[in-house]
Amino acid sequence: MIKIIKNFARRLFSGIFKKKGEIKLGFYGSPNAGKTSLANKICQDWLGEDLGAVSKMPHETREVQSKEKVVIKRNGKSLEFKIIDTPGIATKIDFEDFMKFGMKKKAAQERAKEATQGIIESIKWLDDVDAVVVMVDSSVNPYSQVNITIIGNLVARNIPVLIVANKIDLKKSDIKKVKGAFPEYDVVGISAKSGENMEEFYEALFKLVKKV
Amino acid sequence: MAKKKVIKKTGKNSKDLTIHFMPYSEISREDIIGKIKKIMGIVLDNKIIILQGKLSSEEQAKLIENSMVMIGNIKGFQGIEVAAISGENDSRGLFDRIRHNIARILVGEQDAITIIGPASVVKDIKKDPKKMEMMLKRK
Repeated sequence: MIKIIKNFARRLFSGIFKKKGEIKLGFYGSPNAGKTSLANKICQDWLGEDLGAVSKMPHETREVQSKEKVVIKRNGKSLEFKIIDTPGIATKIDFEDFMKFGMKKKAAQERAKEATQGIIESIKWLDDVDAVVVMVDSSVNPYSQVNITIIGNLVARNIPVLIVANKIDLKKSDIKKVKGAFPEYDVVGISAKSGENMEEFYEALFKLVKKV
Repeated sequence: MAKKKVIKKTGKNSKDLTIHFMPYSEISREDIIGKIKKIMGIVLDNKIIILQGKLSSEEQAKLIENSMVMIGNIKGFQGIEVAAISGENDSRGLFDRIRHNIARILVGEQDAITIIGPASVVKDIKKDPKKMEMMLKRK
Protein backbone atom coordinates (compact mmCIF):
# COMPACT_ATOMS: atom_id res chain seq x y z
CA MET A 1 0.00 0.00 0.00
CA ILE A 2 2.83 2.43 0.92
CA LYS A 3 4.49 1.66 -2.42
CA ILE A 4 1.29 2.49 -4.30
CA ILE A 5 0.89 5.83 -2.47
CA LYS A 6 4.59 6.63 -3.02
CA ASN A 7 4.28 5.81 -6.71
CA PHE A 8 1.11 7.85 -7.08
CA ALA A 9 2.74 10.87 -5.36
CA ARG A 10 5.86 10.54 -7.53
CA ARG A 11 3.75 10.46 -10.69
CA LEU A 12 1.59 13.36 -9.53
CA PHE A 13 4.52 15.64 -8.64
CA SER A 14 6.59 14.71 -11.68
CA GLY A 15 3.53 15.54 -13.77
CA ILE A 16 3.21 18.99 -12.17
CA PHE A 17 6.83 20.06 -11.99
CA LYS A 18 8.57 18.22 -14.80
CA LYS A 19 8.40 18.49 -18.54
CA LYS A 20 7.55 15.16 -20.15
CA GLY A 21 10.95 13.64 -20.93
CA GLU A 22 12.00 10.07 -21.50
CA ILE A 23 9.08 7.71 -20.99
CA LYS A 24 9.92 4.49 -19.17
CA LEU A 25 8.01 1.85 -21.10
CA GLY A 26 7.91 -1.58 -19.46
CA PHE A 27 7.24 -4.87 -21.25
CA TYR A 28 5.49 -7.37 -19.04
CA GLY A 29 3.88 -10.78 -19.52
CA SER A 30 4.23 -14.53 -19.17
CA PRO A 31 7.39 -16.29 -20.36
CA ASN A 32 7.54 -16.76 -24.15
CA ALA A 33 4.81 -14.19 -24.83
CA GLY A 34 7.24 -12.29 -27.08
CA LYS A 35 8.32 -9.35 -24.92
CA THR A 36 11.93 -9.37 -26.08
CA SER A 37 10.89 -9.98 -29.69
CA LEU A 38 8.75 -6.82 -29.66
CA ALA A 39 11.39 -4.82 -27.77
CA ASN A 40 13.93 -5.95 -30.38
CA LYS A 41 11.59 -5.00 -33.24
CA ILE A 42 11.16 -1.48 -31.79
CA CYS A 43 14.90 -1.08 -31.19
CA GLN A 44 15.65 -2.34 -34.69
CA ASP A 45 13.09 0.05 -36.22
CA TRP A 46 14.44 3.15 -34.43
CA LEU A 47 18.02 2.36 -33.36
CA GLY A 48 19.04 -0.36 -35.79
CA GLU A 49 20.09 -2.75 -33.01
CA ASP A 50 18.62 -5.50 -30.84
CA LEU A 51 17.95 -5.26 -27.11
CA GLY A 52 18.24 -8.91 -26.07
CA ALA A 53 18.43 -12.53 -27.10
CA VAL A 54 15.29 -14.53 -27.90
CA SER A 55 14.77 -18.26 -27.65
CA LYS A 56 12.04 -20.90 -27.76
CA MET A 57 13.15 -22.00 -24.30
CA PRO A 58 11.16 -20.20 -21.58
CA HIS A 59 12.92 -17.71 -19.28
CA GLU A 60 15.54 -16.68 -21.84
CA THR A 61 15.35 -13.20 -20.30
CA ARG A 62 16.29 -13.61 -16.65
CA GLU A 63 17.38 -10.06 -15.90
CA VAL A 64 15.70 -6.74 -16.60
CA GLN A 65 17.35 -5.26 -19.69
CA SER A 66 16.82 -1.80 -21.09
CA LYS A 67 17.65 0.52 -23.93
CA GLU A 68 17.64 4.29 -23.46
CA LYS A 69 16.98 7.15 -25.86
CA VAL A 70 14.76 5.22 -28.25
CA VAL A 71 13.13 8.01 -30.25
CA ILE A 72 9.95 6.97 -32.03
CA LYS A 73 8.49 9.29 -34.65
CA ARG A 74 4.92 9.34 -35.84
CA ASN A 75 2.83 11.91 -37.74
CA GLY A 76 5.41 14.66 -37.17
CA LYS A 77 5.63 13.98 -33.43
CA SER A 78 8.57 12.32 -31.74
CA LEU A 79 8.75 10.70 -28.32
CA GLU A 80 11.76 9.44 -26.41
CA PHE A 81 11.46 6.12 -24.61
CA LYS A 82 13.48 3.98 -22.27
CA ILE A 83 12.50 0.46 -23.30
CA ILE A 84 12.48 -1.88 -20.28
CA ASP A 85 12.24 -5.57 -21.10
CA THR A 86 11.42 -7.67 -18.04
CA PRO A 87 11.73 -11.42 -17.38
CA GLY A 88 8.46 -13.33 -17.91
CA ILE A 89 6.39 -13.71 -14.77
CA ALA A 90 5.34 -17.24 -13.79
CA THR A 91 4.01 -18.84 -10.62
CA LYS A 92 6.06 -22.03 -10.96
CA ILE A 93 9.48 -23.06 -12.20
CA ASP A 94 10.65 -26.65 -12.54
CA PHE A 95 14.27 -27.10 -13.59
CA GLU A 96 13.32 -30.39 -15.31
CA ASP A 97 11.37 -28.36 -17.89
CA PHE A 98 14.68 -26.89 -19.09
CA MET A 99 16.18 -30.36 -19.38
CA LYS A 100 13.54 -31.14 -22.04
CA PHE A 101 15.38 -28.57 -24.19
CA GLY A 102 18.61 -30.54 -23.86
CA MET A 103 20.14 -28.77 -20.85
CA LYS A 104 22.25 -30.69 -18.33
CA LYS A 105 20.82 -30.99 -14.79
CA LYS A 106 23.23 -28.52 -13.18
CA ALA A 107 22.76 -25.90 -15.90
CA ALA A 108 18.99 -26.37 -15.73
CA GLN A 109 19.02 -25.88 -11.95
CA GLU A 110 21.10 -22.71 -12.35
CA ARG A 111 18.73 -21.40 -15.02
CA ALA A 112 15.74 -22.12 -12.75
CA LYS A 113 17.42 -20.20 -9.91
CA GLU A 114 18.11 -17.23 -12.19
CA ALA A 115 14.53 -17.36 -13.49
CA THR A 116 13.07 -17.13 -9.96
CA GLN A 117 15.28 -14.11 -9.22
CA GLY A 118 14.23 -12.57 -12.55
CA ILE A 119 10.55 -12.85 -11.63
CA ILE A 120 11.16 -11.12 -8.28
CA GLU A 121 13.04 -8.36 -10.12
CA SER A 122 10.20 -7.96 -12.65
CA ILE A 123 7.67 -7.45 -9.87
CA LYS A 124 9.90 -4.90 -8.12
CA TRP A 125 10.24 -2.91 -11.37
CA LEU A 126 6.46 -2.31 -11.44
CA ASP A 127 7.19 0.74 -9.28
CA ASP A 128 9.62 2.22 -11.80
CA VAL A 129 7.72 2.35 -15.08
CA ASP A 130 5.57 5.12 -16.57
CA ALA A 131 3.54 2.96 -18.98
CA VAL A 132 3.36 -0.75 -19.69
CA VAL A 133 2.84 -3.01 -22.66
CA VAL A 134 1.39 -6.31 -21.44
CA MET A 135 2.28 -9.02 -23.93
CA VAL A 136 -0.23 -11.83 -24.34
CA ASP A 137 0.32 -14.85 -26.55
CA SER A 138 -2.85 -14.80 -28.69
CA SER A 139 -2.46 -18.50 -29.51
CA VAL A 140 -3.04 -19.64 -25.91
CA ASN A 141 -5.78 -19.11 -23.31
CA PRO A 142 -5.53 -15.45 -22.20
CA TYR A 143 -7.33 -16.00 -18.88
CA SER A 144 -4.10 -16.60 -16.99
CA GLN A 145 -3.76 -15.45 -13.40
CA VAL A 146 -0.35 -13.96 -14.24
CA ASN A 147 -1.91 -11.55 -16.78
CA ILE A 148 -4.66 -10.63 -14.32
CA THR A 149 -2.15 -10.06 -11.49
CA ILE A 150 0.09 -7.86 -13.67
CA ILE A 151 -2.80 -5.74 -14.94
CA GLY A 152 -4.34 -5.47 -11.46
CA ASN A 153 -1.06 -4.19 -10.04
CA LEU A 154 -0.68 -1.63 -12.82
CA VAL A 155 -4.24 -0.36 -12.32
CA ALA A 156 -3.59 -0.07 -8.56
CA ARG A 157 -0.51 2.03 -9.33
CA ASN A 158 -2.37 4.15 -11.88
CA ILE A 159 0.02 3.11 -14.66
CA PRO A 160 -1.44 3.15 -18.21
CA VAL A 161 -1.66 -0.27 -19.89
CA LEU A 162 -1.69 -1.40 -23.51
CA ILE A 163 -2.38 -5.05 -24.19
CA VAL A 164 -0.56 -6.51 -27.16
CA ALA A 165 -1.88 -9.80 -28.52
CA ASN A 166 1.24 -11.27 -30.09
CA LYS A 167 1.71 -14.17 -32.53
CA ILE A 168 -1.22 -13.29 -34.83
CA ASP A 169 0.73 -15.07 -37.58
CA LEU A 170 -0.04 -18.42 -35.90
CA LYS A 171 -3.09 -20.48 -36.96
CA LYS A 172 -4.22 -20.91 -33.36
CA SER A 173 -4.19 -17.14 -32.76
CA ASP A 174 -7.52 -15.81 -31.48
CA ILE A 175 -7.42 -12.05 -30.97
CA LYS A 176 -11.18 -11.91 -30.28
CA LYS A 177 -10.62 -14.11 -27.23
CA VAL A 178 -7.92 -11.73 -25.95
CA LYS A 179 -10.24 -8.74 -26.48
CA GLY A 180 -13.02 -10.63 -24.70
CA ALA A 181 -10.75 -11.35 -21.74
CA PHE A 182 -9.74 -7.69 -21.32
CA PRO A 183 -12.76 -5.65 -22.47
CA GLU A 184 -11.71 -2.52 -20.55
CA TYR A 185 -8.35 -2.16 -22.30
CA ASP A 186 -7.01 -1.32 -25.75
CA VAL A 187 -5.82 -4.51 -27.44
CA VAL A 188 -3.58 -4.50 -30.50
CA GLY A 189 -2.83 -7.68 -32.43
CA ILE A 190 0.68 -7.98 -33.85
CA SER A 191 3.33 -10.44 -34.88
CA ALA A 192 6.62 -9.29 -33.36
CA LYS A 193 8.35 -11.98 -35.40
CA SER A 194 7.08 -10.93 -38.84
CA GLY A 195 6.45 -7.26 -38.00
CA GLU A 196 2.77 -7.52 -38.97
CA ASN A 197 0.58 -4.65 -37.72
CA MET A 198 3.45 -2.63 -36.22
CA GLU A 199 1.93 0.63 -37.54
CA GLU A 200 -1.21 -0.02 -35.50
CA PHE A 201 0.98 -0.80 -32.49
CA TYR A 202 2.88 2.52 -32.76
CA GLU A 203 -0.41 4.38 -33.08
CA ALA A 204 -1.74 2.68 -29.93
CA LEU A 205 1.56 3.42 -28.16
CA PHE A 206 1.27 7.16 -28.85
CA LYS A 207 -2.33 7.04 -27.58
CA LEU A 208 -1.14 5.24 -24.43
CA VAL A 209 1.55 7.83 -23.72
CA LYS A 210 -1.06 10.59 -23.58
CA LYS A 211 -2.30 8.96 -20.36
CA VAL A 212 1.15 9.17 -18.68
CA MET B 1 -10.87 -66.50 -5.69
CA ALA B 2 -8.29 -63.81 -5.11
CA LYS B 3 -8.88 -61.50 -2.17
CA LYS B 4 -9.68 -57.92 -3.02
CA LYS B 5 -6.75 -55.74 -2.02
CA VAL B 6 -7.72 -52.79 0.12
CA ILE B 7 -5.19 -49.96 0.32
CA LYS B 8 -5.61 -47.65 3.25
CA LYS B 9 -3.73 -44.43 3.22
CA THR B 10 -4.09 -42.20 6.19
CA GLY B 11 -1.93 -39.94 8.27
CA LYS B 12 0.70 -37.40 7.35
CA ASN B 13 2.79 -39.68 5.20
CA SER B 14 -0.05 -40.77 2.94
CA LYS B 15 -0.30 -39.61 -0.64
CA ASP B 16 -3.95 -38.70 -0.20
CA LEU B 17 -4.99 -35.43 -1.69
CA THR B 18 -6.12 -32.89 0.87
CA ILE B 19 -8.26 -29.92 0.00
CA HIS B 20 -8.34 -27.14 2.54
CA PHE B 21 -11.51 -25.04 2.36
CA MET B 22 -10.73 -21.62 3.75
CA PRO B 23 -13.39 -19.07 4.61
CA TYR B 24 -12.27 -15.51 3.93
CA SER B 25 -12.71 -14.71 7.65
CA GLU B 26 -9.67 -16.92 8.35
CA ILE B 27 -7.36 -14.38 6.70
CA SER B 28 -9.42 -11.18 6.64
CA ARG B 29 -7.81 -9.73 9.78
CA GLU B 30 -4.26 -10.58 8.72
CA ASP B 31 -1.97 -8.06 7.03
CA ILE B 32 -0.40 -8.97 3.68
CA ILE B 33 2.52 -10.86 5.28
CA GLY B 34 0.16 -12.75 7.60
CA LYS B 35 -2.07 -13.79 4.71
CA ILE B 36 0.85 -15.03 2.61
CA LYS B 37 2.36 -16.85 5.60
CA LYS B 38 -0.92 -18.65 6.32
CA ILE B 39 -1.45 -19.63 2.66
CA MET B 40 2.13 -20.77 2.10
CA GLY B 41 2.07 -22.83 5.29
CA ILE B 42 -0.83 -24.87 3.91
CA VAL B 43 0.58 -25.09 0.36
CA LEU B 44 3.96 -26.28 1.66
CA ASP B 45 2.07 -29.07 3.43
CA ASN B 46 1.08 -30.23 -0.10
CA LYS B 47 -2.55 -29.21 0.33
CA ILE B 48 -4.79 -27.41 -2.13
CA ILE B 49 -6.59 -24.35 -0.81
CA ILE B 50 -10.06 -23.38 -1.95
CA LEU B 51 -10.39 -19.85 -0.65
CA GLN B 52 -13.65 -18.01 -0.33
CA GLY B 53 -12.98 -14.65 -1.93
CA LYS B 54 -9.81 -13.49 -3.61
CA LEU B 55 -6.55 -11.79 -2.83
CA SER B 56 -5.87 -8.23 -3.94
CA SER B 57 -3.51 -7.68 -6.88
CA GLU B 58 -0.78 -6.57 -4.50
CA GLU B 59 -1.26 -9.69 -2.38
CA GLN B 60 -1.17 -11.89 -5.48
CA ALA B 61 2.12 -10.31 -6.58
CA LYS B 62 3.54 -10.82 -3.10
CA LEU B 63 2.40 -14.47 -3.18
CA ILE B 64 4.26 -15.00 -6.48
CA GLU B 65 7.38 -13.24 -5.10
CA ASN B 66 7.26 -15.40 -1.98
CA SER B 67 6.85 -18.59 -4.01
CA MET B 68 9.91 -17.69 -6.07
CA VAL B 69 12.00 -17.19 -2.93
CA MET B 70 10.80 -20.58 -1.61
CA ILE B 71 11.72 -22.41 -4.82
CA GLY B 72 15.33 -21.57 -4.11
CA ASN B 73 15.14 -22.43 -0.44
CA ILE B 74 12.87 -25.47 -0.10
CA LYS B 75 13.94 -28.67 -1.79
CA GLY B 76 11.35 -30.12 -4.15
CA PHE B 77 9.15 -27.01 -4.13
CA GLN B 78 8.38 -25.92 -7.70
CA GLY B 79 6.05 -23.03 -7.02
CA ILE B 80 2.28 -22.75 -7.06
CA GLU B 81 -0.71 -22.84 -9.34
CA VAL B 82 -3.23 -20.13 -8.61
CA ALA B 83 -6.47 -18.99 -10.23
CA ALA B 84 -9.47 -17.00 -9.12
CA ILE B 85 -12.95 -16.65 -10.51
CA SER B 86 -15.39 -14.03 -9.37
CA GLY B 87 -19.10 -13.59 -9.63
CA GLU B 88 -18.75 -10.20 -11.30
CA ASN B 89 -21.87 -9.57 -13.26
CA ASP B 90 -22.01 -6.89 -15.95
CA SER B 91 -25.79 -7.01 -16.01
CA ARG B 92 -25.97 -5.60 -12.46
CA GLY B 93 -27.80 -2.32 -12.16
CA LEU B 94 -26.03 0.85 -11.02
CA PHE B 95 -27.38 0.58 -7.46
CA ASP B 96 -26.31 -3.07 -7.23
CA ARG B 97 -22.84 -2.24 -8.52
CA ILE B 98 -22.40 0.58 -5.97
CA ARG B 99 -23.61 -1.73 -3.19
CA HIS B 100 -21.23 -4.46 -4.37
CA ASN B 101 -18.27 -2.05 -4.48
CA ILE B 102 -18.98 -0.73 -0.98
CA ALA B 103 -19.17 -4.32 0.32
CA ARG B 104 -15.89 -5.11 -1.45
CA ILE B 105 -14.15 -2.18 0.25
CA LEU B 106 -15.54 -3.11 3.67
CA VAL B 107 -15.11 -6.89 3.75
CA GLY B 108 -12.91 -7.73 0.75
CA GLU B 109 -13.97 -9.50 -2.40
CA GLN B 110 -15.83 -12.49 -1.04
CA ASP B 111 -17.93 -12.94 -4.15
CA ALA B 112 -15.15 -15.08 -5.66
CA ILE B 113 -13.34 -18.40 -5.34
CA THR B 114 -9.57 -18.83 -5.45
CA ILE B 115 -7.67 -22.07 -5.90
CA ILE B 116 -4.07 -22.16 -4.71
CA GLY B 117 -2.07 -25.37 -4.81
CA PRO B 118 1.52 -26.59 -4.97
CA ALA B 119 2.76 -27.06 -8.56
CA SER B 120 4.01 -30.52 -7.56
CA VAL B 121 0.37 -31.58 -7.06
CA VAL B 122 -1.63 -29.27 -9.35
CA LYS B 123 -0.65 -29.67 -12.99
CA ASP B 124 -2.74 -26.83 -14.38
CA ILE B 125 -5.81 -24.72 -13.74
CA LYS B 126 -7.76 -23.96 -16.89
CA LYS B 127 -9.94 -20.95 -16.62
CA ASP B 128 -12.51 -19.05 -18.61
CA PRO B 129 -14.97 -16.38 -17.39
CA LYS B 130 -17.52 -18.97 -16.29
CA LYS B 131 -15.52 -21.85 -14.84
CA MET B 132 -12.20 -23.16 -13.57
CA GLU B 133 -10.92 -26.70 -14.11
CA MET B 134 -8.11 -28.05 -11.97
CA MET B 135 -5.91 -30.80 -13.39
CA LEU B 136 -3.90 -32.83 -10.88
CA LYS B 137 -0.67 -34.70 -11.44
CA ARG B 138 -0.90 -38.51 -11.41
CA LYS B 139 1.22 -40.04 -8.66
